[in-house]
Amino acid sequence: MSILILADHHDGHLSGATAHVVAAAQQIGGGDIDLLVAGQDVQGVAEQAAKLDGVARVRVADHAAYAHQLAEPLADLLVRLADGYSHVLASSSTTGKNVLPRLAALKDVAAISDILDVVSTDTFKRPIYAGNAIATVQSADPLKVLTVRSTAFDAISESGNASIEMVDVAVDNSLSSFVDEQLEQSERPELGAARVVISGGRGMGNGENFKLLDGIADKLGAAIGASRAAVDAGFVPNDMQVGQTGKIVAPELYIAVGISGAIQHLAGMKDSKVIVAINKDEEAPIFQVADYGLVGDLFQILPELEQKL
Amino acid sequence: MKVLVAVKRVIDYNVKIRVKADHSDVDLTNVKMAMNPFCEIAVEEAVRLKEKGVATEIVAVTVGPKAAQEQLRTALALGADRAIHVATDERVESLAVAKLLKQVVDVEQPQLVILGKQAIDTDNNQTGQMLAALTGWGQGTFASKVDVQEGTVNVTREIDGGLQTVALKLPAVVTTDLRLNEPRYAKLPDIMKAKKKPLETKTPEELGVDIASKVTQLQVETPAERKGGIKVGSVDELVDKLKNEAKVIS
Ligand SMILES: Cc1cc2nc3c(=O)[nH]c(=O)nc-3n(C[C@H](O)[C@H](O)[C@H](O)COP(=O)(O)OP(=O)(O)OC[C@H]3O[C@@H](n4cnc5c(N)ncnc54)[C@H](O)[C@@H]3O)c2cc1C
Ligand SMILES: Nc1ncnc2c1ncn2[C@@H]1O[C@H](COP(=O)(O)O)[C@@H](O)[C@H]1O
Repeated sequence: MSILILADHHDGHLSGATAHVVAAAQQIGGGDIDLLVAGQDVQGVAEQAAKLDGVARVRVADHAAYAHQLAEPLADLLVRLADGYSHVLASSSTTGKNVLPRLAALKDVAAISDILDVVSTDTFKRPIYAGNAIATVQSADPLKVLTVRSTAFDAISESGNASIEMVDVAVDNSLSSFVDEQLEQSERPELGAARVVISGGRGMGNGENFKLLDGIADKLGAAIGASRAAVDAGFVPNDMQVGQTGKIVAPELYIAVGISGAIQHLAGMKDSKVIVAINKDEEAPIFQVADYGLVGDLFQILPELEQKL
Repeated sequence: MKVLVAVKRVIDYNVKIRVKADHSDVDLTNVKMAMNPFCEIAVEEAVRLKEKGVATEIVAVTVGPKAAQEQLRTALALGADRAIHVATDERVESLAVAKLLKQVVDVEQPQLVILGKQAIDTDNNQTGQMLAALTGWGQGTFASKVDVQEGTVNVTREIDGGLQTVALKLPAVVTTDLRLNEPRYAKLPDIMKAKKKPLETKTPEELGVDIASKVTQLQVETPAERKGGIKVGSVDELVDKLKNEAKVIS
């Protein structure tokens, strides 16, 4: 049986996560791996998707109903396409998390969230309790609906040349409509894909002070993240939150600045290769997971660090 | 309009969990339990809708053991009018919870169902989406703003790139994100009053739902513990370590 992956994309770009989901699909194995690109004016995305190694077909549903990735039409589309597939996968993005459980319920099967390891075609590992335990679960459902933690799988390369086919399935959606979107514009790499992430917490004091991270991020090509406390305090927008209920990151280097290290924050970054913590409280729990801890005032340390990099 | 709120009893978010020695599950004996934080936000939102005159009645519902009635009492103390306990000692997966909630929805006919986006024990993030599928309603997940209008609800959603607002036809399902509101604490007189509010109990059998799951939990492990490293004494030392020891910067 083959595997269908719902591709993640925005603004005409295939998101980096999809290459990791294909890697997970390859580990599941079985038959062909097809990618579904659903949206409006997504020919360019389909061409990017066709380059992913291991993909047999890119199926393209190009229709106004799929613009903005609303869950109701996307789930209906997937229901219509799911026959003949043994697995439907998506990344654990907000789109994947929104759409796949809806598909699963429409098919009367379970959804398995955020898998980080493939044990066999029906058995997967996933984090529970903010990643403080890892459950191995086995599904006896005829269709497995899975979201994939992209940081847990290495991206596959892009030398492929899959065929691109249009799927002509129109669904009508009277349940929901798009009103508007405020997307944060950033020149920096995506948080989930960056090689280096530097995050600020409540210790940053205010939003203006986040500028202290900019110069360092520029030098390291880093993405900038934040703790929930920093987001809640209004220092920075919500899409920067790292943690159990925010984004999961696993960069080569994670620098936590003015972050205490609550379990909910650790859940989002403790799989980073190297962790640096900068905090004035030497008892802060973040130091228990940091490879290199520097105790001191961030307002002195950050300018010096920027200069010495 | 009537609002249904689903609340789950989970481990308190401050507790550091342990895995059982036989690796069958997480050990919950003598562990402090509480209402799932996202469900507190769901209750708070319903109460605010009532205070604004939008909601007329709030019904809180939970699926779980007898002890989960504590969380229903909390919801009642916070402002819910009635509570429904679907009693079971089995572990109930999101799909089965959604099916049970669907039965409650069929009886109660709410215009809005508010759930948390995620239970912090299973971290599933599924039930609301599944309930929306089963009822055939629209879904506003990860809500940071809920604005009920005539026949529709506008929901601002926290998505990866920022915020998205969708308009849903009522009735609809909403799941809460952390920034939707700041839940209040229950006051003592309200806790006393809540003891007298109606709480009815039903079983999955009475609701005609088979809660058996096709997903089996084979094993639960503790993840590889990350060892703390060293403290460096200066920025110079940090930069040197990152360059020459960890080799993550050049
Ligand atoms: C259901 C739920 C989900 C959650 N999900 C998340 C999540 O996804 N992500 C997340 O991050 N949190 C999450 N939280 C919140 C989490 O519990 C913590 O409250 C939060 O992570 C704390 O953020 P913080 O470390 O920035 O703030 P604090 O804990 O207040 O720590 C601030 C730190 O800054 C240090 N500091 C202050 N001034 C300076 C200075 N001048 N120089 C150096 N150091 C300084 C202090 O010593 C302190 O350690 C969640 C909570 C709940 C209940
Ligand atoms: N056993 C339960 N009883 C009542 N509500 C639940 C239960 N399980 C999940 N929910 C609701 O669904 C939300 C999301 O849970 P989940 O999909 O399991 O992560 C929770 O915040 C609750 O609002």
